[in-house]
Amino acid sequence: MESAFSSADLSAIWLTFKLAAVVTVILLLVGTPIAWWLARTRSWWKGPVGAVVALPIVLPPTVIGFYLLVAMGPSGPLGQLTQSLGIGLLPFTFAGLVIASVFYSLPFVVQPLQNAFEAIPERALETAATLRASARDTFFSVVLPLAKPGFLTASVLGFAHTVGEFGVVLMIGGNIPDKTRVVSVQIYDHVEAMEYASAHWLSAGMVVFAFVALLALYTLNPTGRRRS
Amino acid sequence: MIQARFDLAYPGFALHADLQVFAHGIIALFGPSGSGKTTLLRCIAGLERTGNGMLRVQDEVWQDGANFMPVHQRPLGYVFQEASLFPHLSVRQNLEYGLKRIPPAQRKVQLEQVVEWLGLNKLIGRDSPAGLSGGERQRVAIARALLTSPRLLLMDEPLSALDAASKREILPYLERLHSELEIPVIYVSHALDEVARLADHLALMEQGRIIASGALNEILARLDLPTAHLDDAGAVIKASVAVHDEKYHLTRLDFSGGSLWVSKVERAAGSPVRARVLARDVSIATVMPQGSSISNIITTRITGIQDEGPDRVSLRLAAGDGQILLSRITRRSRDQLGLTTGMEVFAQVKSVALIA
Repeated sequence: MESAFSSADLSAIWLTFKLAAVVTVILLLVGTPIAWWLARTRSWWKGPVGAVVALPIVLPPTVIGFYLLVAMGPSGPLGQLTQSLGIGLLPFTFAGLVIASVFYSLPFVVQPLQNAFEAIPERALETAATLRASARDTFFSVVLPLAKPGFLTASVLGFAHTVGEFGVVLMIGGNIPDKTRVVSVQIYDHVEAMEYASAHWLSAGMVVFAFVALLALYTLNPTGRRRS
Repeated sequence: MIQARFDLAYPGFALHADLQVFAHGIIALFGPSGSGKTTLLRCIAGLERTGNGMLRVQDEVWQDGANFMPVHQRPLGYVFQEASLFPHLSVRQNLEYGLKRIPPAQRKVQLEQVVEWLGLNKLIGRDSPAGLSGGERQRVAIARALLTSPRLLLMDEPLSALDAASKREILPYLERLHSELEIPVIYVSHALDEVARLADHLALMEQGRIIASGALNEILARLDLPTAHLDDAGAVIKASVAVHDEKYHLTRLDFSGGSLWVSKVERAAGSPVRARVLARDVSIATVMPQGSSISNIITTRITGIQDEGPDRVSLRLAAGDGQILLSRITRRSRDQLGLTTGMEVFAQVKSVALIA
């Protein structure tokens, strides 16, 4: 065997990495305010919103993919919006994949952040206010440092979960080389073509990646020790 | 002046507080648990926003109707019951947290100065507040609040979460703040000994209302208030150190209505002291006692008598120029001695607690 990975494999790996990185960044930006709201609100909406955020954990990825496909399609609300903005339609594009992945991985980012925010006592925020810190200042000087382990967990889980998605990608992105063909789809193709050796290399790579990511999470993150 | 008026209602609790005091010295908010002391303090800080309120501190309006100055814009310091130090910051960073947010031109105290006052020299190098004792943490929290150069310091039972040893450790620091700082303090407490030791002004709270407010001695000596009926009820006398008796290790304190001998105090003659005399430690004689082991006998006049349950009465005794003592005796003694208001009697003081 001259090379473990073909150029198509490498391209799929790169695409997967790019997708996961973009999605993780977006999720941290979108998920932080949602998690903060869920952690602090006393509103009646907390339950319904929390349940919606958690839906991707229990729904089959094909269901999420199907509805996103419909929404992004020519007659769906998202599709009409993107068309009127002159962007065109999102299904079978990298951008469409990013949006779908953001929905799919949302709970894996929001829930660790929500737990981290809930663990910060109200008193810490009040103390900061009596020491002249505005709400924004308090967020950056007290909340972020205290929630650091939560952000680490959220980033690793959001990234790893996006790397591992398959069903949503197939529904939304299809199987277009360099645009939407990520590692999990590439493995499926190899198996379909009976290229078991290639499938092995990519699959083993995924196992190693997932293990290393989780190992890093459990060793770097001090929360488990602090709580025990 | 501090003028505060707050009305708010929670299920099972309502606050209707109206407080007007001179912004000077230590103002104690005293009352039983659940009387609304902490809620009132939180309203003054702006930590409670519900309900109606008006708050004016000296010449500044902090709250009035729809005007609400956010907490972080109020020039106040707040010391919570638990020290609430930031766990992710070192001791020095905790101290500097508020200081950094005050423009240099508005800083009235320096870090070194406050570290010195609160004896934090050995603690300031710690990487984390985690290893500090309860008393040490509270001293850091007090220093942290002072470093914002507050115009009003709010303290919510700062000693109540501490054990007796830590309390003894902190009280002298609080007394020093009182004598060396010009900052008015509102001090919430449900411990009468703390209040007697620290406060200049006393506001009593009961069921969300302020039922009395005035100078410490004046309030403590009023028989119509609940403070006079507590187990450790007593009066505070402002005296000064007169002479030391080296042979018997005693010190004589003089006050306008007489003098008291106490165990020797290490203070120069002329220094002002506060002495607390508990009502249960004062007994009454109608003639000057002879051959008594009690050497502190003060000539007083009865200015008030009130029943205290089925077997006891409380007496209010005037000694000299505005100094008041309380005495608690049995009802039978009152009847046997024929005590009535206006009578001149001898108060025998069995023990005196020197408190400051």
